[in-house]
Formats: sequence, C-alpha cells, structure tokens
Amino acid sequence: MSRHARDDNVPLNADATSSRDLALEVENLRTVFHTEHEQIHAVDGISFNIRRGETVGLVGESGSGKSVTARSILGLIESPGEIDPASAIRFEGDNITEYTESEYESIRGDGIAMVFQDPLSTLNPVYTVGNQIKEALSLHQDLRGTAATERAIELLEEVGIPDAARRVTEYPHQFSGGMRQRAVIAMALACAPEVLICDEPTTALDVTIQAQIIDLLMDIQAERDLSILFITHDMGVIAEVADRVNVMYAGEIVESAPVEPLFAEPKHPYTRGLLRSIPSTQTSGDRLETIKGEVPTPNEPASSCRFAPRCPKSFEECSEVAPIPTAVGDDPDHDAACLLYPESMTTDEAVAHHRPADDGGEQ
Amino acid sequence: MSGESSGGSETSPEMRNISDSNSTANDDVLLSVRDLKTHYEERSLFGGDPVRAVDGVSFDVRRGETLGLVGESGCGKTTLGRTLVRLEEATDGNIVIDGDDITTLSGDALQRWRRDAQIVFQDPESSLNDRLTVGEIIREPLNVHNWKTPAERRQRVRNLLERVGLREEHYYRYPHQFSGGQRQRVGIARALAVEPDFVVLDEPVSALDVSVQAQILNLLMDLQEELDLTYLFIAHDLSVVRHICDRVAVMYLGKIMEFGPTEQLFQKPENPYTRSLLSAVPTPDPTVERDRTTLRGTPPSPRDPPNGCVFSTRCPAKIRPDGFEELSEHDWDAIEVFREVLRERSRTDPSLSERARELLGLETRLPDVEEAAGELFASRSFPSDVQEPIQQSIEAANDGNEEHAREIITAALGSVCDREAPSLLATGRTDSGRSSRCHRHKEEYADPDASGSDSPQS
Repeated sequence: MSRHARDDNVPLNADATSSRDLALEVENLRTVFHTEHEQIHAVDGISFNIRRGETVGLVGESGSGKSVTARSILGLIESPGEIDPASAIRFEGDNITEYTESEYESIRGDGIAMVFQDPLSTLNPVYTVGNQIKEALSLHQDLRGTAATERAIELLEEVGIPDAARRVTEYPHQFSGGMRQRAVIAMALACAPEVLICDEPTTALDVTIQAQIIDLLMDIQAERDLSILFITHDMGVIAEVADRVNVMYAGEIVESAPVEPLFAEPKHPYTRGLLRSIPSTQTSGDRLETIKGEVPTPNEPASSCRFAPRCPKSFEECSEVAPIPTAVGDDPDHDAACLLYPESMTTDEAVAHHRPADDGGEQ
Repeated sequence: MSGESSGGSETSPEMRNISDSNSTANDDVLLSVRDLKTHYEERSLFGGDPVRAVDGVSFDVRRGETLGLVGESGCGKTTLGRTLVRLEEATDGNIVIDGDDITTLSGDALQRWRRDAQIVFQDPESSLNDRLTVGEIIREPLNVHNWKTPAERRQRVRNLLERVGLREEHYYRYPHQFSGGQRQRVGIARALAVEPDFVVLDEPVSALDVSVQAQILNLLMDLQEELDLTYLFIAHDLSVVRHICDRVAVMYLGKIMEFGPTEQLFQKPENPYTRSLLSAVPTPDPTVERDRTTLRGTPPSPRDPPNGCVFSTRCPAKIRPDGFEELSEHDWDAIEVFREVLRERSRTDPSLSERARELLGLETRLPDVEEAAGELFASRSFPSDVQEPIQQSIEAANDGNEEHAREIITAALGSVCDREAPSLLATGRTDSGRSSRCHRHKEEYADPDASGSDSPQS
C-alpha cells in the first residue's frame, strides 16, 4: 500500500502492521486482457492488504475490475488475460503470482477459498451436495467414506442447514437459493482456508436470505478467525460487513479507508457520487443525484484520471496527470487518488505531487 | 401526483356496477383488482398441486400514482404485473377499468387494453430483439397498433429517443452497441410509444449499477409527470420503492400482506413480515445500530402454501397456543424448525432409483428424522405436554408418515396462525388507507412487544 505514496504520505499501518499480521497482501496488481483490437487493463496497479481476522471490502460498479482482482488472487486468469510480472500477491510469505499451476493447487481451497455470486454455477448439478463436499474433503483433508459423510453433515449443520443428514443426499436443484449458497460456503469451509474471498455472495439472493448469509459469514469468521475479502456493488452490504473498504473504479482503487470514515467523510468525488445516488439516503420523491455518463472501459494505461470525464470537480490537469493514492482526512488509513488532495496544498502543488517524477517517485 | 387522463374505452352500464359496488371505487381509481388469482399448471396432465403464484389479491390503482409492489422472489409480484397487462391469464377474480373486466376482454377491446397498458421488463439484455435496430424496436408497437402513417411513426420514434435521453442517430444502431442503462431507456421508449395510461415497471432498475439506476429512476419520474402516467412499480429493492412510490403493497406467497402509503408503511410497518423485510435491508451507514430480525428459513413452496397464515412458517411474531408462554424463544424456534423439517420431508418425492432401493430393502427413503431432531433438541428439556407430541411425531415420521407427524404437532402445539388464514384488516388511523394481514391485529392476540404496531390494542 505504501509503495505508491510519497514518503510524507506513508500510511501509518505500513509501520504498525508487520507483515506477519497480514493474511494477504496485493501490491501493484495489474491484470491485462489482450484482445484483437485492444488491451483491456481490467485491474490497473492496485494495492491493498487484508489483516488476519479482518473483512476488507472491495466495492465498485460492474466493469470496475472487482471480480478480475479476485480471480487474479486465486490464479484463475487464463489467456488472453495476463498478470503483469511486476505484480505481487503475497500469501504466507510467498509471492503467489510466481506459482506454477500445481503450486497454486496446493493453496487454492486450503489457503484461499472463494464463494462466487451464483451458487448454481459453482455446484455441479449431477452430483449430490454431499458428494461435492466429500470431494473437497478427500482432496484437502484426506477424509473418505463414512468419516467424510459425517464431516459433510457436520459442515452442513455448521452453515445452518436443518435436517443435514437428509440434505446431504440431495442434489443442488432440490435446494433453495439461500440453501445452495450455504452449501457452497460449507464446501469452502471443508478446506479450512485462511482467506475467504466472497465475490458478490448475496447479490443473487433476497434481502431476508442475504441477512441470513451475512450473519452466517460473520459467525464463521469469528469462530475461525477467517480473513475475508468481500466483493460487492452494494454500499449497504459493505457498510455492514467490512472493516476497511477499497472503492474501485475502472480498474483502479480510487479511495480506501476504514468503513466509518469512508461513509462519514467520503473524499473522492466518485465515492461521493456513488453514495449520493443510493435512494435510501435521500428524501423520497426528490430527484436522485446521479453520476453522468457510464463506466469507461480501461483500454489504455492510465495517463489521466479515469473518472475525470464524469467528475463534477474535474479541472484541466485531471486529463493530464494520473493521480496516486494520497493520504486524506484524519484517519491515517484513509487514501484517495484524486488531484484535489492533499488538501493542505494549493492545486498546483497537489498536481505536482501527483505528477510522476523521473526518479520513480522517491524523494 | 394525480392527473387526468382519458380512460380509453367505452363503459358498459352493467360493468360500471361492479366497480361502483366497491366502496373504495371513485373517480380517482384507474384500475380495481378484486380477488385476483393466477395459478399455473392448474389442469396439468400429471395432476398435482397448481402453483398459486397470485392467490386472492385485491387493491385499487389510482390515476397518476406510482403503486409499489414489493416482495421476495417467488412471491408472485411479477405474475401479478403480467396478469394486469394480460400477458398471463387470470384463473379467477376481476381486474376492472372503466367498467370493463380486463380478464374477460377479447377482440378490439383487448387490443385497446394492450395499447393502454404497457410493460417495461427487468432485464434489458434479454427483452430487446438483437436483430432489430433500436428504431425498429421502438416502432414495433406503433406498427402493431397501426398508428398513423409510417412517416409519422418514424418522427415519433425520433422524438421518443430524445425524450428518454438517447439521440436521434441511435435509430439505426443495434441493442448490443448500448450499455445496460441505455438499453433500458430503449425499453422505456418502446413502452411509451403508443401513449399508454398505465405502465407496469417490472424491476426496471435492478439489473443496473447504482449510478445508472438513479438516472433511470429520475427519467421515470419525469415521464410520469409529463405524460400523466400511472405506474405499477414492481421491485425487490425497498429503498428504490421508498423513493419512487406513493403507495406500497407488500406481497408474500401470492398474498398482499400489507398495503398503505409509502412513508407511513416504511416508518411504522404493521405486519410482522414487512417489519422483518425492512429490518433485513442493509443501510449504507456503518454506525447504525442494527436491530435486525433475521428470518429463519425460506418461503414455502407456492404449490403447497401453509393452511393458516402464509407467513406462519417463518413469522417472528407467531402466536403461541395458550399454556406454552413459559417456553423460551430458542425452544420454540427449535420446534418451528422441526416442523419445517417435517414439512420439507413430506414434500420430497422419492426418485425411481430410491423407490427401487427401498423395494429391494437396500435402504429406507429418508434417513431417520431422529438425527435431525437430536441436533435440534439436544440440550433442551421440554415439559411433558411438549415432549410427548414431539416424540409421537418423531415416531410417526420414522414410520414414513410425515403428514401424520405434522398433524400431531399442529394439533398439540399449533395456534390460530396455523389454522386460520388472517384477512386483510384495516390498521392505523381510520382514514389512513392502511391494511395488514395478521391475526395480531385482533384485540385478543395483540402483541405487547410488537414494535411500531398501531393496531387496536385497548
């Protein structure tokens, strides 16, 4: 996180948090998709970390690069996609972007597990739920036969599925949407992971079921001291689950902060716009504030602020200088990538602060 | 938000009587729905229970208002909307507009209703024909209804494009060249092409990102004011509904559970279901203390709705029978979950291979219910008047008779919520226009703990 900030802006946590407290560290991650016509910089140089037992949120609209980030962490990027070799994802001391496929297999599930948005596409329709959990158990825990069945039943009970002994013999189509997501979570837990990546785990569910799944994830986290990366587009869900939040826009993290300052004092114009366009936060019947235009496709390296064309506060330099994460506000963990900051500087000074220097940014 | 718009069709005197006989009918009312039912697979080849998607719904839609219809997936809100525009056939009941019953319309009258009532679909990816240009898509309803001359149609499409925030040159583009928000604008333009009075908006913004969603909501509000439209706004997102709707109907398992003016309903929900639904919505404010009633389980199948109140299997305010007041919430919850297990089991149809295995004596259809019961009731001790029926029920279930097992428990531990379906009762102040479907609104069952309840308690 600190690498891109100037020395005077190094967030405190870089010193306070030794790397041993970090469950996962993502540094300057770039994932590019090469297509016939253009290169899509789906994830364009983002850095964040997850401390042990903490929930970090990754929030943004569709196309902002949230899911590609998750897939990059799990080593699931396939051609024509490619992770830039300069990127680093550190897990248990290793840079896992350098892993071979077989090395990756040893941490996928065991170390880092993932819960996807749509449980139906995660579960195989032709195997019983029990068999799918047992497969995970035999791969990762070396459990087989009756012992595996019993453990599968226990896991289903743990995720709150009643009558688990019968349910374990049923197929995914016999489960309701919420039950399926519970079963998927049970499968993820079967591998006893350190880090759980939840990619829009409640988006396909009704609110009352969403509440159940969020409660479940928080309970499991407390019991197992899990570190969770929670990806969603829903600011309400983020406010509820996350300790710290990273706001993504067009492949970049535009703002990151602990959850309370982010909602109380959003600094980046995009975050502000996003929060203001949520209906519940405004008086009913009024016109909603909107962000004009649509999310762009990041098809070239960032040489300017990608939000500038939609930004109500943009000025000339916004289309010339790519902003870097800069400390804003009172909280040392609160960064925004915007030429308006640091607030203590004049606009010219701030622009100079963000403008890339030839010496690589070190002063 | 009231406006005058022509009703559109001739009124026959005898039909007028139907709407007049309803005390609520007045000039304000565009559309009266009475005891409407839409069931699927009613006369299916293989018998079995029909899906009761909409099961006895009555309400009025006022001219110029936005009526919200909210509920979880499978509650029947989309089916209801589609029935109103005659995309589905009603099984029973009437939908009356200007004296005509829409459910029985045919020929020219039906054609007219299909012009006066339009629908905007949820998914802009699948509701536009990818092989037609945007102009052709918007023109299609004009062609179908033989609206004016071709030249005038083209001009109208151009005006519509501009009106919904697109540009004239988009006429010759194809839907795949557009983003989700723009496609939804096309869907709205298509719905408005034939100048309808009434538009069903079926989750028009739920497929869109929040910043784009706000643009579309603003557009819908502007169009309503300008064109005197009446909206039925179907959504599962309660914050959107609160923002845009004048009145709201909350649906659960084919029935309206609560009905009333939006602000009142959101500020002081009367029905336990509405309360749970509202408390489940995450607020974008991390400092809010959450006082959430997390509902247990999922809604039952609309093929087999509960006998009593449809919400009785999940209701946090369910009435207990006399004599069991001293049982703890957790104990009572465990009993309800056990009933749910039996319910689920009685609905499981054995597959062919399971039947064969059973016949060959290889294994029984279901594992013993004792294991589930053990998990639920471990570390709980019940008084004998609770323990005995549970034990009998477990035995009946082990004999493979889940129906009987359910009956034993309902007989011993069931209450009015299991036996009688509550009717929609007027609640709140007399003229508030609010109603809710719950036994708790009757004096004898009033729940002293119910927060926000304004029901007659004294």
